[in-house]
Amino acid sequence: MSHSEVTTESRAVRVLLITAAGGVVTLFLLLPLMAVFIEALRKGWEVFFEALRDEAALSAVKLTLTAAAISVPMNTLFGVAAAWAVTKFRFKGRALLISLIDLPFAVSPVIAGLVWVLLFGSQGWFGEWLEKYDLKIIFALPGIVIATAFVTFPFVARELIPLMESQGSDQEEAAVTLGAGGWKIFWRVTVPNIKWGLLYGILLCNARAMGEFGAVSVVSGHIRGETNTLPLHVEVLYNEYQFSAAFACATLLALLALVTLGIKSAIEHFTGHVANGH
Amino acid sequence: MSKRRVIPGFGLSLGFTVIYLSLLILIPLAALFLKAAGVGWRGWLELLTNERVLAAAKLTFGASACAAALSTVTGLLVTWVLVRYRFPGRRLMDAMIDLPFALPTAVAGITLTAIYAPNGWIGAYLDRIGIKAAYSPLGIFLALTFIGFPFVVRTMQPVLEDFTRDTEEAAATLGAGRWTTFRRVVLPALMPALITGFTLAFARAIGEYGSVIFISGNLPYKTEILPLLIVSKLEEFNVPAAAVIASGMLIISFALLFCINLLQRWLNWQPR
Amino acid sequence: MSISIHSIHKTFGTYKALEDISLEVPNGSLTALLGPSGSGKTTLLRIVAGLESADPGPGRILFHGENVVDIPAGKRQVGFVFQHYALFRHMTVADNISFGLTVLPRNQRPSRNEINDRVAELISLVKLDGLHQRRPHELSGGQRQRVALARALAIRPKVLLLDEPFGALDAQVRKDLRRWLRLFHDEIGLTTLFVTHDQEEALELADQVVVMRNARIEQVGPPQKIYDHPRTPFVYEFLGNVNKLVTPDGVTRYVRPHEIEVKFAAELDLQTDRLAEVQHLFSAGPVASLSVRADDGQFIEVEISRKQLEEMALSVGDKVALGLPATS
Repeated sequence: MSHSEVTTESRAVRVLLITAAGGVVTLFLLLPLMAVFIEALRKGWEVFFEALRDEAALSAVKLTLTAAAISVPMNTLFGVAAAWAVTKFRFKGRALLISLIDLPFAVSPVIAGLVWVLLFGSQGWFGEWLEKYDLKIIFALPGIVIATAFVTFPFVARELIPLMESQGSDQEEAAVTLGAGGWKIFWRVTVPNIKWGLLYGILLCNARAMGEFGAVSVVSGHIRGETNTLPLHVEVLYNEYQFSAAFACATLLALLALVTLGIKSAIEHFTGHVANGH
Repeated sequence: MSKRRVIPGFGLSLGFTVIYLSLLILIPLAALFLKAAGVGWRGWLELLTNERVLAAAKLTFGASACAAALSTVTGLLVTWVLVRYRFPGRRLMDAMIDLPFALPTAVAGITLTAIYAPNGWIGAYLDRIGIKAAYSPLGIFLALTFIGFPFVVRTMQPVLEDFTRDTEEAAATLGAGRWTTFRRVVLPALMPALITGFTLAFARAIGEYGSVIFISGNLPYKTEILPLLIVSKLEEFNVPAAAVIASGMLIISFALLFCINLLQRWLNWQPR
Repeated sequence: MSISIHSIHKTFGTYKALEDISLEVPNGSLTALLGPSGSGKTTLLRIVAGLESADPGPGRILFHGENVVDIPAGKRQVGFVFQHYALFRHMTVADNISFGLTVLPRNQRPSRNEINDRVAELISLVKLDGLHQRRPHELSGGQRQRVALARALAIRPKVLLLDEPFGALDAQVRKDLRRWLRLFHDEIGLTTLFVTHDQEEALELADQVVVMRNARIEQVGPPQKIYDHPRTPFVYEFLGNVNKLVTPDGVTRYVRPHEIEVKFAAELDLQTDRLAEVQHLFSAGPVASLSVRADDGQFIEVEISRKQLEEMALSVGDKVALGLPATS
């Protein structure tokens, strides 16, 4: 790309703007990221590893992985189905459906937890019934899963809808005229075309699922070693003034974020497209 | 209109989408409003106009709006630099933008506190000149700016990338200077994206919990945000009050989003 | 295999895309659907393919006498070439071409070897030898088009349908490919229906031209006949290169530039001719075209041979007599 002289700024202005932007990014983004690692190692590697080997920490990691392993596939399935429905077909209420998919973005995570307490908590609609059959949803794994699923609900769909809309349905129609059925079209024509967007959607959904705090905090009950996910464990340690341990556990989550961003960059590099994730 | 659709899977995909959406999102939200309605119209208003709730609401919406505004300004700067200039470290900068999306909010909360606490990295300097960053509304504002920043950049980036330079060149040939061109040609074209970015950042900030509670200090009437108030009502087992506050919050958020959507539509309809 | 279309209607919401369309496409013919954008030609093609369905009613589409209206697109055995080819971007040329064979149910699917043979045969038929393993983005526009054609032919279609087959190509490639397609059609003899908005393309390529406008068919016939005897003013104007003249008694006539005789002013026949002044001369082609202004002020385009231009030694400002053809 060659830009004509008239549409770019003078060198001095450019340098000034780049410096200012660099300053903003360093101060707002880079500094907090570095702080996680530096604070974690403030008391040395021994304390760092001690915190990670702690039984409560290990059980928190396990719970976090379990909750993500259930809620992410659920939302992936939903995201693919929703994107297929709204991009391959035109029907009444389509615009409304698209807005509803975005709805959870406007709902506070705390409310995303609260709604489940209202339904399944001891004072909730199904509370008595659940108690009678000795089923536990709130303060247990199912509650954590559904609260996580609520919060991470739109991510895969949001990634796929613009992508599939821009690709159109030509290739699917061509496959139809060549005699392919629904599943064959989906697996052999659609999936290869959306795989990078899908992968990024799943990664983002996963990062948010593992890191979810507000919603899970409301439904988990904070039972140490039982219903504490990793972010909740970080909170507990922090409130007990075990700062280094809290930051040590936080590094695991920060690494997850970095890996997610790294893969995103790599995908963009390979495909030459900007994945637009919110 | 014919009923037969050429591409298969309409019934299955739409059916699954609607059922999943209803079970996971719509029915639970409806239950929330039903629960809130249970206290009656007057009870509802009374609970919402309680002084502590009002203080929290003022803080939540005020800090969120200020934070979204700062995110918009800095986001515009960073987007411009990322799209228009080539410089060492550009790819890294681009990759870093999404950090607040990917970093769990609790982690953001404790690390921002570590930076802005009176004995923190930056907080210590601010403390010396008499500014209290953490445990004050300023801290809440900083956390919310962190959270909202990527929304602005990622909304504006594709729009600025697609914005062809012809119009800028045309403005230059007509004698406009760079700043005039930016103000009168580029900025109006970016306006819808700016507003969308602001709205997304604002909506996200209103509901934000994890990154705020560590840095805010959580003093009723002073540094207590609405989501925290909901949690403390729950901890007092005052479920109806929690539902009422949540319903009020949702109504205001939805209404705000709706209004800004209308504004956006109006801007998009302006003849170019 | 012939295609018969009987009273097909199509509406999108309140918009009428097709109104009472009936058409015969003879077996083995190459038929062009010609019309401006929005005339309904692509919709008609997609209905024949089964990619859209016509409004419910008595409308029928027959392939060799068999009504296919209720047969879904995937079972109709039509070869459809999309305007932008719709090649599967992630597949090689060979995989694109074999797709239709590999998705057949297991009991109908040819063996791997048979599929490979068929692909090789098609690749040489469309002159893409050596490009088996390329992907669509590594091909030129003309090559992509031929891959799309080979892919459509792989399923041994009963009819071939092409949507603006040359629409996305450069002028030169367009011309070459047009000739090639004509020869190709003659070689394989498959009943072919194609959509175009380019009258030159339709006239040069097709055995039968169907002129469409505003959801209706204006005229059907062989190219020569349509060009020489347009049935409506629209067809006259759409086929291009026509003067719209108003005679002194107020009647509108359509006269093609080459139908007008140019003589010296001295040879003016007051009964039939018109006096005119040369305004502009253009002679950088096989024929010379003249822009003249008649004595009543109308501008007329005329075409004469280069030889005649030289013999008459005409230049701008000269007066000439125009001999109009007798009204038929």
